[in-house]
Amino acid sequence: MGIVVTAILVLLGLALIFGAILGYAAIRFKVEGDPIVDQINAVLPQTQCGQCGHPGCKPYAEGIANGGEPINKCPPGGEATIQALADLLDVEPLPLDAEHGEEKPRMVAYIREAECIGCTKCIQACPVDAILGAAKQMHTVIVDECTGCDLCVEPCPVDCIDMLPLPTTPQNWKWDYPLPGKTLIATDAQRGAA
Amino acid sequence: MTQATPIKIWDIPGGIHPPENKHQSTANGLEVAPLPARLILPLQQHIGARAEPVVSVGDRVLKGQLLAEANGLVSCPLHAPTSGTVSAIGPAPYPHASGLEEWAITLESDGQDEWTDLEPISDFRALESAPLLEMIRLAGISGLGGAGFPTAVKINARPEQKIHSLIINGTECEPYITADDTAMRYKATEIVAGIEILRHILHPEEVLVGIEDNKSEAIAAMREAVGERDIRIVPFPTKYPSGGEKQLIQILTGKEVPSGGLPADIGMVCQNIGTLLAIHDAIILGQPLIKRITTLTGEALTHPTNVEALIGTPIRDLLEFAGLQPDRLYRLVMGGPMMGFTLQSMDAPVIKTSNCLLAGTLEELPPPPVAQPCIRCGLCSEACPAMLLPQQLHWFALGKEYDQLKRLNLFDCIECGCCSYVCPSSIPLVQYYRASKSEIRALELQQHKAEHSKQRFEQRQQRLQREAEQKEADRKARADKAARMKAAKEAGTASPDTPAPAEPDVARVTAQKPAGLNAEQKQLKIAAATAQMALKKAQKQVAANPDNAELKAQVPVLEQAWREAQQRFDASLGEASVKATPAPSAGADDETKRLKIEAAMLRASLKKAERAAGDTPTEEQEKEIYALREQVAVAEARLPKETAAKKPVDENLKKAKLDAAMAKAALKKAERAQADNMDDPALQEEVERCRDILTEALHTLEQAEANTSQPVPERERVDKKPIDEATRQRKTELAMAKAAYKKAEQSFKQAQEANADTGAAQAELDRTKEALNTAAKALAEHMASKETD
Repeated sequence: MGIVVTAILVLLGLALIFGAILGYAAIRFKVEGDPIVDQINAVLPQTQCGQCGHPGCKPYAEGIANGGEPINKCPPGGEATIQALADLLDVEPLPLDAEHGEEKPRMVAYIREAECIGCTKCIQACPVDAILGAAKQMHTVIVDECTGCDLCVEPCPVDCIDMLPLPTTPQNWKWDYPLPGKTLIATDAQRGAA
Repeated sequence: MTQATPIKIWDIPGGIHPPENKHQSTANGLEVAPLPARLILPLQQHIGARAEPVVSVGDRVLKGQLLAEANGLVSCPLHAPTSGTVSAIGPAPYPHASGLEEWAITLESDGQDEWTDLEPISDFRALESAPLLEMIRLAGISGLGGAGFPTAVKINARPEQKIHSLIINGTECEPYITADDTAMRYKATEIVAGIEILRHILHPEEVLVGIEDNKSEAIAAMREAVGERDIRIVPFPTKYPSGGEKQLIQILTGKEVPSGGLPADIGMVCQNIGTLLAIHDAIILGQPLIKRITTLTGEALTHPTNVEALIGTPIRDLLEFAGLQPDRLYRLVMGGPMMGFTLQSMDAPVIKTSNCLLAGTLEELPPPPVAQPCIRCGLCSEACPAMLLPQQLHWFALGKEYDQLKRLNLFDCIECGCCSYVCPSSIPLVQYYRASKSEIRALELQQHKAEHSKQRFEQRQQRLQREAEQKEADRKARADKAARMKAAKEAGTASPDTPAPAEPDVARVTAQKPAGLNAEQKQLKIAAATAQMALKKAQKQVAANPDNAELKAQVPVLEQAWREAQQRFDASLGEASVKATPAPSAGADDETKRLKIEAAMLRASLKKAERAAGDTPTEEQEKEIYALREQVAVAEARLPKETAAKKPVDENLKKAKLDAAMAKAALKKAERAQADNMDDPALQEEVERCRDILTEALHTLEQAEANTSQPVPERERVDKKPIDEATRQRKTELAMAKAAYKKAEQSFKQAQEANADTGAAQAELDRTKEALNTAAKALAEHMASKETD
């Protein structure tokens, strides 16, 4: 009897100690925010274009993490982002959902300044404050800050905003990969022909 | 002369021995290229930020004058290589593998080659290292070996690290190139002076000059120039790529520069021969970097040589100087055959990093054979001087597995091309690595940019939220103020004889105006003002026409009239004030007012006491505040409940108004929908339903208005029939026609007044009249057709 009581007491004591440790750890090592959402958000291209139907990249990341949104709704990220998301979340990569747009080369907004009437509508639409200007003053796009999200094009009342592909300069030019060579060893090829 | 102790030489892993082909260009010594007519000076001739132009088109500049200044720390200024006029600043041909253009300053030479004022330093030893470094920076010197890193930055890359070895790179291991060789042969004294300057700046324990043993003349010349100085000339066996910075350090010291690190991390600085020459020119002669020694070689040239060329000289000029045979030229390479790149245009200029121009014939630089599959022979790994795994890198580059490439230290690859050179399958391995590197760099840049955009987006969201909150707070404050004003006004209407002093703002405003003018007084005031105006006008006219007796006679009459009107108004005002002043009559309203004032004063003193007490009130203050609070409570309790009782009625009224407005809007919408689709019975029903709701809402509103004590606003309820698109359009047309007619009429009249030809105006008038009639008719017809529908 005594042994049983001792055993119960010992186990109870252990349970209390471990419970206390776990309780303390839960408070001490509490993770702020949602790490999965942040990880997904880090993979997304941060154009904040809203083509996925969410008001920005973070809401889409939250949608993927919590709302079971498919991972193929991000046209600016394209295949690379889908692949990265598939790797991160350990799901099958899907082809890009054409409903939300196509993958395009990176664009930047350009304001035809002679036509700008200074209405500030594009400034209000820009999610990253990349348009400079004031009421009744000419506006212009800060190219380095522009994410090419398209959001400024629609509100412009005089249609003076163009989306142009980012020009290639010696600074951002990339070396080409070599053209693919033959897949057969020369001597084998000769043997095959003979 | 013999070295005191022979220095130990280490070996580097890998490496190859390609045919040297150096003798072709060394036979003619060092020549000076002729002055070109036009120079193109790209703003980016170095690693780092593009230089910022400080001249404008049309400026005349002197040789050595600053054209563009460094833009940031890792950047390089640019100077005029000769005197002349700036003819353009904009994209111009640029020696780059991409063949793209780059921003450049174009200078038209005036042929006089006139120097600007130079400030040579006769004794650099009298200066500290900081001013000397600054002079090197301002002279626009970037590494002349090939990479073009700004020299001042490189010398001072790790200010906290003591530099114990200064390594001078006279290796020049690439085939064909002999620029450094030539410099050492003919400019050894200047080079040694450059070494002395660097020694003075850095105070290293040892200075080693590494020269490959295939340059015996250069070694001899350097040994002679060095003399008894503590500078060691170290010849070592020729092997490609000993001239790489990290490779040379390994050969001379046996130490390896850590992956991703700089030589300065292990206490060393490595400088190229050409750079030393430029340092000498900058300090001893005061000349900025405006020229360099460039090798012109290749089978397509009849006169291969080394020239001292001005930076910015078009390549075509130099090649013509060296006897270019255009028909034999197959490929033009800038740099050596191993690491150089093919130039797509001869219009591009020589820049600070251009050490060689190789004009190769088809036999000399044949197109690469078609790549075969890798047979995993491992020759590439044996040849790699950086001890990487070229084969693995190749597979991962093919699969674009960038993480794996980074794991295999792709960025330690110096792109020397040994692996491609030895590959029996002729796989262009280096090209894969270059492409992968630029791809990875682009991705990293993109990642960086995404992070940046995210930050900006989040900051913007925060700002918008802040603004919205501020707006909301402002709105609330305004609403509160309006409510208080309203309450004050109500208190004022309750006691109409005296303006309510409860709200100080109102009190002030009412005090400024002649308070409470009744209708009669207003009329008198207006009459007085009108009379005064008439008088003034008459006076003015008299001033303009002093001879008009009639006008003169009018003035006294008008003056009299004005005086009378003013008097009448004053009298009525006085009467009113007499009526108003017997103030404190014992009425219920006055009692309310007194109580209110009392409560307000108590509240104010409470607030003051609280503010004085701050966050940590003393005991005394606390007592005082407590007492005041009690008093306020008592005073508020004594106030009549009148205002509170009034409110619900108002709220009812408000709700009724809102309901009515909403019902009206719904009806309008329904009617509009119906106007466009006349035949839809569902819409018709909807309209009827909306109309019923509106009638009810209006009824409720009337009742609510009757219940409240507020005066019913006068209004006219118009029941505008909705109009359909077609009618609206016709009406708009009619209005426009009317406007056009009016305009035409006016111009006709003007023409008449000016006695001008009224023919055109008459025609216009007739035309617009016609248009007006047509529009009116169209509208009438349309309306009639709608009636009959």
